[in-house]
Amino acid sequence: MNVLIYLVPLALLLGLTGLVGFMWALKSGQYDDLDGAALRILPDDDIAP
Amino acid sequence: MAETLDLSQFVERNDSGAAHMTLAVDGVGCAGCIRKIESGLNKLPGVIDARLNFTQRRLAVDWRDNEIGAADIIQALEKIGYQAHPFAPERVEADDSRQAKWLLKCLAVAGFAAMNVMLLSISVWSGNVSDMTAVTRDLFHWLSALIALPAAAYAGQPFFQSAWRALRTRQLNMDVPITVGVTLALGLSLYETATHAVHAYFDSALMLLFFLLCGRYLDLAMRRKTKLFAGNLASFKAEFAHRLDSNGELTRLPVSALDPGDRILVQPGELIPADGAVLTGISAIDGSLMTGETTARPVMPGATVYAGSINGAGALTVKVAAAGAGTLVDEVERLLDKAIEAKSRTVRLADRAARLYAPVVHTAAALTCIGWLIAGAPLHFAIVTAIAVLIITCPCAIALAIPAVQVVAAGQLFRSGVILNSGDAIERIAETDTIVFDKTGTLTLPDPVADDCAIDPDLMQRAARLALSSHHPLAAALARRAAKRVPYPGAVEEAGRGVRAPIDGVEARLGSAAFCGLSDAQAARDGDASCIAFAYGGRSALIPIRQSLRPDAIEVVQALRMRGFDLVILSGDRREAVRPIAERLGVTRWLAALTPAEKIALIELLKSQGRRILMVGDGLNDAPALAAAHASLSPITAAHLTQAQADALFLGDRLAPALRAVVVARRARRLMRQNLALAVIYNAIAVPIAIGGLVTPLIAAVAMSGSSILVTLNALRARLAGPREDVTPAKPGDDTVVAAAATRGPSLLPAVQPAFAGHDNAELVP
Repeated sequence: MNVLIYLVPLALLLGLTGLVGFMWALKSGQYDDLDGAALRILPDDDIAP
Repeated sequence: MAETLDLSQFVERNDSGAAHMTLAVDGVGCAGCIRKIESGLNKLPGVIDARLNFTQRRLAVDWRDNEIGAADIIQALEKIGYQAHPFAPERVEADDSRQAKWLLKCLAVAGFAAMNVMLLSISVWSGNVSDMTAVTRDLFHWLSALIALPAAAYAGQPFFQSAWRALRTRQLNMDVPITVGVTLALGLSLYETATHAVHAYFDSALMLLFFLLCGRYLDLAMRRKTKLFAGNLASFKAEFAHRLDSNGELTRLPVSALDPGDRILVQPGELIPADGAVLTGISAIDGSLMTGETTARPVMPGATVYAGSINGAGALTVKVAAAGAGTLVDEVERLLDKAIEAKSRTVRLADRAARLYAPVVHTAAALTCIGWLIAGAPLHFAIVTAIAVLIITCPCAIALAIPAVQVVAAGQLFRSGVILNSGDAIERIAETDTIVFDKTGTLTLPDPVADDCAIDPDLMQRAARLALSSHHPLAAALARRAAKRVPYPGAVEEAGRGVRAPIDGVEARLGSAAFCGLSDAQAARDGDASCIAFAYGGRSALIPIRQSLRPDAIEVVQALRMRGFDLVILSGDRREAVRPIAERLGVTRWLAALTPAEKIALIELLKSQGRRILMVGDGLNDAPALAAAHASLSPITAAHLTQAQADALFLGDRLAPALRAVVVARRARRLMRQNLALAVIYNAIAVPIAIGGLVTPLIAAVAMSGSSILVTLNALRARLAGPREDVTPAKPGDDTVVAAAATRGPSLLPAVQPAFAGHDNAELVP
């Protein structure tokens, strides 16, 4: 059962990373315009011909 | 005349000194629009940043004042092909968006904690039946506690705060049992963990919070979408006034920036932006949006005009009056306050359930504890069992039962063009049995339509094309019929008389009967329509412009009657205008020429007969009646004040959304009741198990999630109310309802007529 000593903290850490990532995305306004974000990827005039 | 546009009211200043403005943009529909608008604006000198929020259809622009102005930006957008309207965000919207963000954060924390605790719990459950040692189990329980306690303290805040608010005012709401349940489940688990027990309930408490937060968030998201939509529409409709400054210059500015005493210029065909007295000019005023009256009222210097009415053929200079006593808007607002005050606060279904549920559950838990003590069980066992009863009764199913249905039904309504204004609109609409309609703008289309049945189509087309050059409201109705939307060159408008232009070398005239060489007697022939005359060469015609019924009004009214609703029309318009409409719709109970106060009196009268009224109206004069009725509905074209009172708004030219609202609401209420019944059945099974002291954490987790999922799935059935069933006649079984309505119907007559016996136009034709 010694494996738990590092597996459990590792699992929790991974979960926490996800949570922090979500909070960061929320705070930086990435959920403010979901429909727009889907469309902004389409035009490709930012690429030099 | 040159005119400057003053938008300073909408412009904010940020820290670096740059100006900032939010614009609601009309006509954005694709990826190309985003690029066109943003690159188009960013190219302008002085613009620092322009970013379009596609979801909200709003554009945020930052610019340096000294290089470019707000009006230039709007003009630039117009040149690219988009109508933009300055937008002043309302406080409510900002509050809602903060609330939504907070709920989302709570949801994220609850979700993270619930998943991780569930991982640990499943290990414990499987370990309990295999070879897990007591030490490992304790470690897992402590780890669960470490995750669950802070997470619940954070994610439970929406419930704790609301429960505290309710308790402080000595009320019970659904959040009280939720808070008690969660706190006790966590407390008990902690105690069990400390005493090295086999069971802990951390996962149940967190799952409960997670499910409930999902419901809350979806509910709020739906309401935000409605408000966003309504907010944009309001800014599209926002009114501007032309202010005549002392030096004779004209400034175009938002109506809210007008001060009493300002002189404003109202062009022919424009909406009068504020109450006031006419200084110069002669015209006729169409007040149909205010009073429902469809004939124009002549005004001259000294006359009082009201905001919201439409100016006729002459330009007017108006001195803005303070919003003092005596104006119509003022009268309406006074009535409104009274109506809102008098409206008995209806208790929501969810709160009613909570009031029943909380005492029953808490008593059951107390009795369990006492019962086990009397039976000779140890104190620890009695308390643990009592808490298990509290947890297993699961506020989850009950707390989700109603919001889940509400979210699904609101989405369903949104798709069919009905947007909800108030949270309990669905419940209240479902409870109504009598529908009161306003006529102008509600049963009829908001804009009048030219009636061309008796007129040569070629002549009609010429008249319609000539009408493009006129500012008169009647001409605007005619101009909509023009196939070729190019005005004739050389058209001249003569104020107060009409417009003339040479067509193929022959003079054509459009306007008053006299202007076109016809006698007034001919024009007066058509009772319920206003006429506009047209003369071209030797030919002439009188074109009646009338309020036309919404295209599906007859079918919708028919379908509503089949569903057992009593229908009444209360209009502010003249009798002669209301009668033909009522006859065509087959509505036998109608009253015309009513003031706002009389409308309220009639609504109160109907209410005193035990009816629950759904008021459908759009005029400013309907606003108090909308507030007084049990539930209310307005077309999106309604006056601003009226919209604010309505429980729901419907879009488009058709009346069908009104029917749809009723159908979906009734179905939703049925589902809410079913859900409550499901929750009761679930409790009937689960509570005896808990009282018997047989609940393990596994049973608790399965029972809680199971009941939540069941209730949510049942709520999804609200989507099944397909559009097809609306206009089809009700099932044969519903005949009893129709019969009941018929027997109840005539009672309206004796009750209403004495009250309005002295009223000239009062007529309730049986």
